[in-house]
Amino acid sequence: MKIHEFQAKELFRKYQVPVPDGKVADNREDVKKIGTSFGAFPVVVKAQIHAGGRGKGGGVKLAHSSEDLLRLADEIIGMNLVTPQTGPEGKRVGKVLVEQGLKIKKELYLSIIPDRSTAKIVIMASQKGGMDIEAVAEKTPEEIIKVYIDPLSGIQGYHCRELAFFLGIPKPAMKEAAAMIRNLFKLFVDYDCSLVEINPLILTEDDRMLALDAKMDFDDNALFRHPDVVGFRDVDEESPLEVEASTFHLNYISLDGNIGNIVNGAGLAMATMDIIKLAGAEPANFLDVGGGATSEMVENAFRIILKDEKVKGILINIFGGILRCDVFATGVVSAAKKTGLNLPVVVRMEGTNVEEGRKILADSGLNLITAVDLKDAAQKVADIVKQ
Amino acid sequence: MSIFVNKHTKVLVQGITGNEGTFHSQQCIKYGTKIVAGVTPGKGGQKMDDVPVFNTVKEAKLKTGANASMIFVPPPLAADAILEAVDAEIDIIVAITEGIPVMDMMRVKNIMKGKKSRLIGPNCPGIITPGECKIGIMPGPMHKPGGPIGVISRSGTLTYEVVHQLSKQGIGQTTCIGIGGDPVNGTNFIDVLDAFQKDKDTEGIVMVGEIGGTAEEEAALFIRNHVTKPVIGFVAGLTAPPGRRMGHAGAIISGKSGTGQGKIAAMKENGIHICENLGELGELCKTVFN
Repeated sequence: MKIHEFQAKELFRKYQVPVPDGKVADNREDVKKIGTSFGAFPVVVKAQIHAGGRGKGGGVKLAHSSEDLLRLADEIIGMNLVTPQTGPEGKRVGKVLVEQGLKIKKELYLSIIPDRSTAKIVIMASQKGGMDIEAVAEKTPEEIIKVYIDPLSGIQGYHCRELAFFLGIPKPAMKEAAAMIRNLFKLFVDYDCSLVEINPLILTEDDRMLALDAKMDFDDNALFRHPDVVGFRDVDEESPLEVEASTFHLNYISLDGNIGNIVNGAGLAMATMDIIKLAGAEPANFLDVGGGATSEMVENAFRIILKDEKVKGILINIFGGILRCDVFATGVVSAAKKTGLNLPVVVRMEGTNVEEGRKILADSGLNLITAVDLKDAAQKVADIVKQ
Repeated sequence: MSIFVNKHTKVLVQGITGNEGTFHSQQCIKYGTKIVAGVTPGKGGQKMDDVPVFNTVKEAKLKTGANASMIFVPPPLAADAILEAVDAEIDIIVAITEGIPVMDMMRVKNIMKGKKSRLIGPNCPGIITPGECKIGIMPGPMHKPGGPIGVISRSGTLTYEVVHQLSKQGIGQTTCIGIGGDPVNGTNFIDVLDAFQKDKDTEGIVMVGEIGGTAEEEAALFIRNHVTKPVIGFVAGLTAPPGRRMGHAGAIISGKSGTGQGKIAAMKENGIHICENLGELGELCKTVFN
């Protein structure tokens, strides 16, 4: 789960990771009040959306006067911000973070992620801050250091020193930098993060270290022990259909194509998307109803998919095993009737009583097309697209 | 022959008295698996059907001689359950539980270094040696006993699809293993490939990967250097957009790493037969393995 920069900075403060003075605002009066409270200009006004690349889209600007503050508030709050990460449709800005401007000597990069193959926590750092770190990693990998930390023994002093030396931290800021790295690591572990990223991490002209930006992502599976993080969730940042699907315990991601699909199991759902594409069509979504499959789930899945106006046809691919196909087919028919479904639906199911199941679909009087296997299903989906 | 489990494997079930634990234990028993004990703290002395329930894994092992465990404990307590089985020196630990925090699994993985236990999963369908022993939630009857093909997969129902197509072509399996869809798991592709290579009854391998991480790339290199048996590879998620988690916690393309295209290229380079269309996997297996 992602959170906003201002929320991440709240957690940073809690863990004594220095951040610039600042507060979040959602109206021009507050922007002016906060901006003038620092007693000096420039002041930075930063749009709060989850997507990165905000500066490039005009969502991060400098104010040099209180008039500037009002003007920028009017400009940014409510704007539709398009960045390389939002897609062309952009994202509406509801809040801005108003921060004190700082005199920057150097921009650095620091991030912490779990490393899956070693089962260790890795801290990455580079002197190439403020830039696209993926590009740095590709062109000049020697400019990035990776320090692996055993989650059992935790972070040690030498880890922090190694990172600080690589970052070229001047002597007066050394102690502060080491403490910051240590605190950040503690935050990462305490909160079950899947990413903490500071880009840029800055060294000021008076040799202070501060997190100018703050990005945090959390392990969804660990949210049960972090109610405060759950409180940070901003559903405005998520697709409305995905939010609705999550209330039905459906794992749904909307995509750009026109063939909706309903599958049990994530791996099979991905493979089903792929086979739709191979057949010459495009998947409209990823939808995993979980290992089992009930008619109630299919009904909810139909409701979600039918709200996507692009969808021209639906493929249901359920590999049951212990599922009874006759029961499942009855469920599909009743779900189709309840939701007033009028799109063609190709149903591929596997399990016991599969013949009875197919007969129920065929006799339903609805536009339910039976497929005998995956290959057949893909072909029938392709036929729908051609029509 | 087979790998990791066979007709002599004695299984205890951690979380046997929960809904899932009870249901799947019954299914395994029906398949012929020797389920000898259950473990649910506080319910020691009770029975699940004819299976005695104990308070601790140690006691269950001592009284029944169990050498494998199947775990259905809910996510917040699952890491503890795995470690309890490790501490009791259970040989094969199969963690079915979905949704264990990554931080918990990183600790488990590091604690397990140098220990004798093998962990399969978590978030996996389990392991089956057809006709002998099923430890997991996969539907048993679609498997075809006797080999000669070994199956490894990161997924659940996708594995069933693969096995179903093999069986339909008349191709049996030695052992089928789902290693799980989480970013940090116990047994990886390489461990299983190595075991299949050494198993004299396994003549070919089907390896089912998915987007995210670098496990398929590492496995491909291992195959080039250490596996002489033919391997067919499939990767799910070629159409998945970057940055979106496709159901499994591990199935996410981050930046340029973890893409399906990259994995397929790595597999091709290292001599693995690639199945491009899952609908045709059965036919491809027939061609390659004959």
